[in-house]
Amino acid sequence: MTAADASVADVRRPFVGYLSDVIRRQAWLGGLIGLVAVLLIFTKVIQPTYDAQGIQFLAVSVLPLALAAIAQTIVVIAGGIDLSVAAMMAFTSVVAATQMLGRSDEFSVAVVVAVLVLGLLLGAINGILVVATRVADIIVTLAMSFVWAGCALYLAQAPVRSPRPWLQDLVNGAVVIEWIPKAFIVLAVTVVLVWIPLRWSRFGLAMYAVGSNKLAAFRSGVSVGRTKILAYTLAGLLAAIGGLALTAIKGQGDPLPGGFTLASVAAAVLGGVSLAGGRGGVVGPLLAVVILSLIQTDMTFLRLNSNLATVAQGVILIAVVMLGSLTQLRRRP
Amino acid sequence: MTATATATDLLLEATGVSKTYGAIVALKSASLAVRPGEVHALMGANGAGKSTLVKILSGAVRPDTGRIVVRGRERMAHSPAEARRHGIVSVYQEPSLIPDLDLRSNLRLTRTPVDAFRHWTNELGLPRVDLTEMARDIPLAAQRVIDLARALAIEPDVLMLDEMTAALPANLTERVLEVIGRQRGGDRSVIFISHRLIEIAAVCDRATVLREGETVGEVDVNPGSEERIVSLMLGEIAGQGPATTVAEARAAQQRQEGMTPRVAARALAGGTRLHDVSFELYPREVLGVVALEGQGQDELFDILSGAEHPRSGEVLVDGKAVSFHHPADAIRAGLVYVAADRAEALLMQRSVRENITLPVSARIRNWGLISLGAERKRVSEAVETLQIDARAGAEVRRLSGGNQQKVTIARWVAGGVNTMLCFDPTRGIDIRTKNQIYGLLRDLAAAGAAILIYTSELKEIQLVCDRAIVIFGGRVVAELPAAGADEAALLRAAYNLKHEAPMPEQIAAEAVAADSDTAQAAGSRGSVGGNV
Repeated sequence: MTAADASVADVRRPFVGYLSDVIRRQAWLGGLIGLVAVLLIFTKVIQPTYDAQGIQFLAVSVLPLALAAIAQTIVVIAGGIDLSVAAMMAFTSVVAATQMLGRSDEFSVAVVVAVLVLGLLLGAINGILVVATRVADIIVTLAMSFVWAGCALYLAQAPVRSPRPWLQDLVNGAVVIEWIPKAFIVLAVTVVLVWIPLRWSRFGLAMYAVGSNKLAAFRSGVSVGRTKILAYTLAGLLAAIGGLALTAIKGQGDPLPGGFTLASVAAAVLGGVSLAGGRGGVVGPLLAVVILSLIQTDMTFLRLNSNLATVAQGVILIAVVMLGSLTQLRRRP
Repeated sequence: MTATATATDLLLEATGVSKTYGAIVALKSASLAVRPGEVHALMGANGAGKSTLVKILSGAVRPDTGRIVVRGRERMAHSPAEARRHGIVSVYQEPSLIPDLDLRSNLRLTRTPVDAFRHWTNELGLPRVDLTEMARDIPLAAQRVIDLARALAIEPDVLMLDEMTAALPANLTERVLEVIGRQRGGDRSVIFISHRLIEIAAVCDRATVLREGETVGEVDVNPGSEERIVSLMLGEIAGQGPATTVAEARAAQQRQEGMTPRVAARALAGGTRLHDVSFELYPREVLGVVALEGQGQDELFDILSGAEHPRSGEVLVDGKAVSFHHPADAIRAGLVYVAADRAEALLMQRSVRENITLPVSARIRNWGLISLGAERKRVSEAVETLQIDARAGAEVRRLSGGNQQKVTIARWVAGGVNTMLCFDPTRGIDIRTKNQIYGLLRDLAAAGAAILIYTSELKEIQLVCDRAIVIFGGRVVAELPAAGADEAALLRAAYNLKHEAPMPEQIAAEAVAADSDTAQAAGSRGSVGGNV
């Protein structure tokens, strides 16, 4: 009986710990959720026709950046930064498009798997270079972003059209009811398959430990190098999923997909991930991606110059992060 | 050597361990033999190689040569993780808890069983530890104890405590010593490193003494062994005839004449380590500060140079109380600072000239055009006075360490020195440059400056100082004239060994016997600090 009680308590403990974690982070997350709600209501007010279609569009448009943001978050928590996220997405997206071109559906499934492995490989190379050369993360990944972007352009100088109905079906549209877009399901599955196990594994702990205090982690018996390499490798995997999402959504592989790198850093910061490492999770950055995207949408609905949206995004980023550090300052004497 | 145990009886045996960093020999040939069930002290003066040996045993540093045998099996660890698997766990003065993780996650990270951890936190006097608390939100002293409880809970074969009591409050220290003392007689051992001989006497069975990178002796700890340990740490010191000095006599004379001290500290306290330091620094004198590592000297110099605010006490400059909010305030009051770490003071990518004129040109009213002619004159004078080899003067980082240090001194000399605070200014500098710096400091004092110098090399005291104060446990425990401040006297004072004080082992016995509830009584607080 007592043994059973103990085991029940043991099972419950991590959950209770998780809950208290959530409560502690609630302030920031609550603020982000509030911001999302306000923006959604605002959108509905200025564009009364905004409905399930709009949500589906939103889901599809945020998917690549959301995946990039998760990739960035993992690396930043481990105390690094990955400036090659967009380039890896471009490279994997172009590889997927060119290899699927004119092949059977069965073969394209194999290509998807191969591209995921490629992503792991690209990330591992980033990580190994960072650890082995001891050059700053920011420099290694900046250099590697040129390498991966160059590889993408080498394969295709212009976007390669290579639509795959089954792949497009995976992200476009909705499931069960029209309010649940498939793109959100893809995102949720990715989070469940990659992030949740990571968060609760010893590797996940090691990642936070290395980002938080390298020396203490080392002394606690954490292998700092291995942890960093794994973090970059996972980021590569997520970048590859992002690349596949790009290919699936547009039905093409684009060697120049856009500014996902800095946007992913912005999303991570806005989402409460400390650039100093060791703090944050993925929920915040995912909400941040939605916020950044909704601002863009609203600017369009208001028929404002879309360049102003970028200005607004920058202002919001500064304002929110400043507010956050002010409240934290007050909490800490 | 008194070790008679055969290799198989030993829990841990390290032999012939050596390590060099570039040209610097950190360990020549160190050995250590720890028996099961003992608390073994590792002793040595600054720079004797203790911390290098600890790093090697804990897997943080790889030795050049040597063997490490744990329970009869050769076990050379290449990382702390591997050392842990071999049963060697270390606790340092700075806790190894991950600040951004809660305690439960911290325990999970090191695979520490929660129940055992709870048991040890209770034993160590922290009964209510909230496992959901973030490590960064826990007071530092409690973090240190928690770090120890975490290590004890793993039940390592060898537990290494590297100066972990150095920054603990007295009541916690007492509990820690009590718990460590109870580890004796079992199957596992503790390697205990502390600057406090009283703690060594209280909990240790034997001590291994290192000097200049070599193991020079193994001592059974018993009443009276402190003197033997200290003499082993000192080795044979060639008697340097009574040094000096005209300057000393002069300074003493000034004091007699009732001069106002240039700088006076009154009961200064700050940080976690500086508790009560008072002294007077007169013009024309060089006052040495001697202390083992971490006795509060860092805090003292931070306060005097305006980098930190004292917790209590006051600083008088020329008889007037001052309050520094910024190093600029201290500099304005004439207190300039020379740090051990040149990188703290210099703009490494800039030229010698720019570095020397920085303190002058950084004053806000001097912003605008710099008068190059006057600047050049002042710089060349300073360069000449200090004999700086400025051939590579375009970038300071290309200069040798000694020349860099001369530049940090030159920048203040160029502006005219009133009071100079030097914190271990000759650390890592070649002997020739050291001698030049000594000479320079003496010249400055002769020209009327007041100089306060902390040094980790005890023989420097007689070379440059007129007198010296010794700080131990955040308090001044001795003041010696240069003539009486030979290495042996200074080291004894630095370890707070006094003939007239009660025998340490008596107090030690009291400390161990002290019950948990009397542990916090005011009387026993002093005994642990050793200042009865």
